[in-house]
Amino acid sequence: MTAEVLLETTGLARAFGPHAAVRGIDLRVGRGECLALLGLNGAGKTTTLEMLCGVLAPGAGTIRVAGHDLLAEPRAARQCLGYLPETPPLQPDARVIDYLHWAAVVRRIPRSRRRHLVERTLERCCLGGVRRRVIRNLSRGYQQRLGIAQAIVHQPPLVVLDEPTVGLDPRQVQGVRALIGDLRRDHGVILSTHVLADVEAACDRVAILHDGRIIHEQAVAPAADGDRRYRLRFDRPPRPDAVQALDGVLAAEAEGEQSLRVVVRDEAALDGIVAQAAHGGWRLRELAREVRTLEQVFLACTAPRPEEAA
Amino acid sequence: MIALRLAGRELRTLFAAPLPWLLLALGQVVGAWWFLTLVERFRGQYQAVLQQTNSPLGVTDLVVAPFFGSYVLLGVLLLAAALLAMRLLAEERRSGSLRLLFAAPLAVTEIVLGKYLAALAYLLVFLAGWLFMPLGLLAGTELDLGRLAAAALALGLVAAAMASVALFASSLVAQPAVAVVLTAGVLLALLGLDTALGSGDPVIAYLAVLPHYEGLVQGRVVSTDALYFLLLTAGFLGFTIRRLDGLRWHGTGV
Repeated sequence: MTAEVLLETTGLARAFGPHAAVRGIDLRVGRGECLALLGLNGAGKTTTLEMLCGVLAPGAGTIRVAGHDLLAEPRAARQCLGYLPETPPLQPDARVIDYLHWAAVVRRIPRSRRRHLVERTLERCCLGGVRRRVIRNLSRGYQQRLGIAQAIVHQPPLVVLDEPTVGLDPRQVQGVRALIGDLRRDHGVILSTHVLADVEAACDRVAILHDGRIIHEQAVAPAADGDRRYRLRFDRPPRPDAVQALDGVLAAEAEGEQSLRVVVRDEAALDGIVAQAAHGGWRLRELAREVRTLEQVFLACTAPRPEEAA
Repeated sequence: MIALRLAGRELRTLFAAPLPWLLLALGQVVGAWWFLTLVERFRGQYQAVLQQTNSPLGVTDLVVAPFFGSYVLLGVLLLAAALLAMRLLAEERRSGSLRLLFAAPLAVTEIVLGKYLAALAYLLVFLAGWLFMPLGLLAGTELDLGRLAAAALALGLVAAAMASVALFASSLVAQPAVAVVLTAGVLLALLGLDTALGSGDPVIAYLAVLPHYEGLVQGRVVSTDALYFLLLTAGFLGFTIRRLDGLRWHGTGV
């Protein structure tokens, strides 16, 4: 990664009494990148994010935010991050604009820059129309936007968002995703979610968190030369070993009565399969590339293992 | 200084709600009623006797000292402190907005100091109102301004201690109602310690609030009494700082 590293953690761990919530997490987020922490409820996402933001002290491990160690230089490190907790830390009785000014004050933004930054943030989060409204009276979507606004008002290099789309209607979700997409252009973003569509729509990389560990990390865009898996359906399906014997076929297994699932070395191997299907009278009816979706990866990763259940 | 900004903001949010105003009004009504009762008693009963006996006692002894030296004003302050306990930290913890402060580049000491100064300022508003009542007597008579100042100092020191107890109670729990009960409990214990036990034990007598308070109200400004209140205040502020640091370490629902 050539981009500036905005967040780096090593061996981050945290236990609550005997229960280990997070056990050894290494993360890296660069500028212009959006990393999603994906996990089931209770996987340790919120605990991890709280540690990143200095709200919760880590049990072990180091956290560096934009080059500052969070424990050794807490003020400098926290200056470089903006945090949206699971419930936005709003003050219900305040007006939108006063609240944002306040959020800038606690980030130690000098008075001379405050007004400008608040105006920019209002515009960026499309909150200009409600600037004089009392927060209590805003809809859930606006409150969530305001939560994001307080996290970015001081233009921190790193933005940490805990479940930014939870409880929003589909249109509001679109809006928040667009905002995240806009943010990652010049900030580093790390967000937690259990909504797979969020990840696919707004993130570059995803780390799947399960039981306090990162068990899978991948780029979100499907790799062009990933697995070459195909699903074939026949009217008169052959035995899998007959297909596996063909040149270039790495694996073949039956799926249901009529379908086969094959892994091939390269696309040329398909010619052999089709030719053999015509020759052997298998009556090929369907041939489709199988892309392993994020959902499949996620479910496979987080499936309870038999030895765990025992 | 950021703690002052925090305090200013805290006061603004405090006064955005009706309850603090209501309590402030109530405090002034109760104070005025008590003050007028004392003035009335002085005019009706004491004045003639004093003139007959050529007594050295005056308005300061018979109106100002009992005005500050009774449970009435202390009770109102206690009520106000309990209300503050509800608002200061407990509510921020419950609503989750404390996370904004915890994730911001602020030291726990700054957060605690900001909240404390706001609490103290609110209690001092009560005090200012009450102070104007005896000052009004200046229009018709002479007052011992030194003793009035000592009494104001005494009440101010009590307010400082009460604010820090309230802040500490507020940091202990995330349920505002529990914070109210805790504050009232601790303050009542501190106020009533000597009277309730009445043992004459020097340790208990030193720990109790009232002996120190009464000395100051009577005009005896002793540094040990002032020190007692400052220790009490600093102690509870220290507990609060430790408690908030602990929230970060133990993560008990910031």
